[in-house]
Amino acid sequence: MEPKEYRQRVKRLEPPRPIARNALWAFVVGGVICLIGQVVQSGLMAVGYNQETVKAPTSIIMVFLGALATALGIYDRIAKFGGMGANLPITGFSNAVVAPAMEFKQEGPIMGTGARIFQIAGPVIAYGLLTAFVVGLVRFVIMGGKP
Amino acid sequence: MKVQTAPSPTGQRGHLRLDATIASSATVVGPFEAQGPLGPLFDRVVQDDLCGEKSYERAELCLLRGAVELLLDRSEVSATDVDLLIGGDLLDQITTTNFAGRDLGVPLLGVYSACATTSESLLLGALAVTSKAASTVVCATASHHLSAERQYRFPLELAVQRAPTAQWTATGGAAFLLGRNDEGLARIVAATVGTVQDYGLKDPNNMGAAMAPAAADTILRHFRARGQASRDYDLILTGDLARAGLPLLEELLGEEGERPAHRLQDAGVLLYDPSQDVHAGGSGAACSALVLASLVLPRLRRGELRRVLLVATGSLHSPRSYQQGETIPTVAHAVELEAIV
Repeated sequence: MEPKEYRQRVKRLEPPRPIARNALWAFVVGGVICLIGQVVQSGLMAVGYNQETVKAPTSIIMVFLGALATALGIYDRIAKFGGMGANLPITGFSNAVVAPAMEFKQEGPIMGTGARIFQIAGPVIAYGLLTAFVVGLVRFVIMGGKP
Repeated sequence: MKVQTAPSPTGQRGHLRLDATIASSATVVGPFEAQGPLGPLFDRVVQDDLCGEKSYERAELCLLRGAVELLLDRSEVSATDVDLLIGGDLLDQITTTNFAGRDLGVPLLGVYSACATTSESLLLGALAVTSKAASTVVCATASHHLSAERQYRFPLELAVQRAPTAQWTATGGAAFLLGRNDEGLARIVAATVGTVQDYGLKDPNNMGAAMAPAAADTILRHFRARGQASRDYDLILTGDLARAGLPLLEELLGEEGERPAHRLQDAGVLLYDPSQDVHAGGSGAACSALVLASLVLPRLRRGELRRVLLVATGSLHSPRSYQQGETIPTVAHAVELEAIV
């Protein structure tokens, strides 16, 4: 059999991914995480933070919760159902940093955790910075240096 | 200078006629494998995934060494009587096997053909015995779900969703004692060394599909060399095609007029229960070895099976070759086992 013909057959026999179920779970899990974020934010505002100053502490608390759930071995189980609903919120970014940090502890603090901590999040950070730079440059060219 | 070559002595390239006995076997598995349908058939179950060690790599070493030590112990053979240890695993530089060689102090040949390592080491061991170069050979393989995840996939706690065609690397070690004894579990009578096949598949989450053509090629070449068909076998056991690869192999064999039906089974399907959520099924160097030792060899010994073809299959890619966009080359080695009359 020709390799191309075989590859088509593999595609045909491959079990379909449960896209509808995955999307529903992603909606539920992502929604619950955002709801927790909203509760944290409202709580902070109730103790005196305003719309501007509440952003940083809310993110910090959500990053901590994501790191805690990762360290307790819960976050990967949530993501098994939640998929992108667990990856996309800031708790997912926290997981992407903490998971390799834990993983490579066995290879030591320098060549292990230190060198590998951004193995997953690195591309997001690198291309996030690049995008911010390009957008900033475009804005500067069009609108000048005015704030 | 042109070198004169002679035709293959068996008439089929890569086909070997062998005469060796599997005298005994031993298995050590992780707790998750012990919960599977073959759980009660394994010799030893370790208490946790770490096997009392500080890393999963050391845990894998503990499984391999544990299986060999259990084998020597129950066979009443001392390590100093072993002529040769042939084994392999999935980790870089096959460290599990090489470190076990250091600990056991026996002449060691480390081999690698990914999850086909079980049949590769058995056929090499049987070849050494047949040629009378060795009289006591130990063949051993091991794999560990968590050390394989670390090497091939993502950090363990990372939030990822697995594909339905993904497979679960078996945690376990298995060892076989080969010799020329008249008594034992089964006889190895022939083997066919696989050719590396590559049908251009790239998805390491569907290794079953990548490996099915290698299994089909080796099975058909073995049949041709022996003048056999699938009806001559009570069982054709593939290594780890799992639920994604097995139907593809059935189709490929069917096109060549071979319809083994219930005779064709896969170790990756047998090792776990679908409720264990291992997706397409088991894989790993230990997968076929665990099923062979726990399920197949005892049935050969009892005469419930007369003739079995073990066809362990391996994906020969590395994480680096995958990242560079290379396709997945695969191989399958066949070992023909016969009940001792």
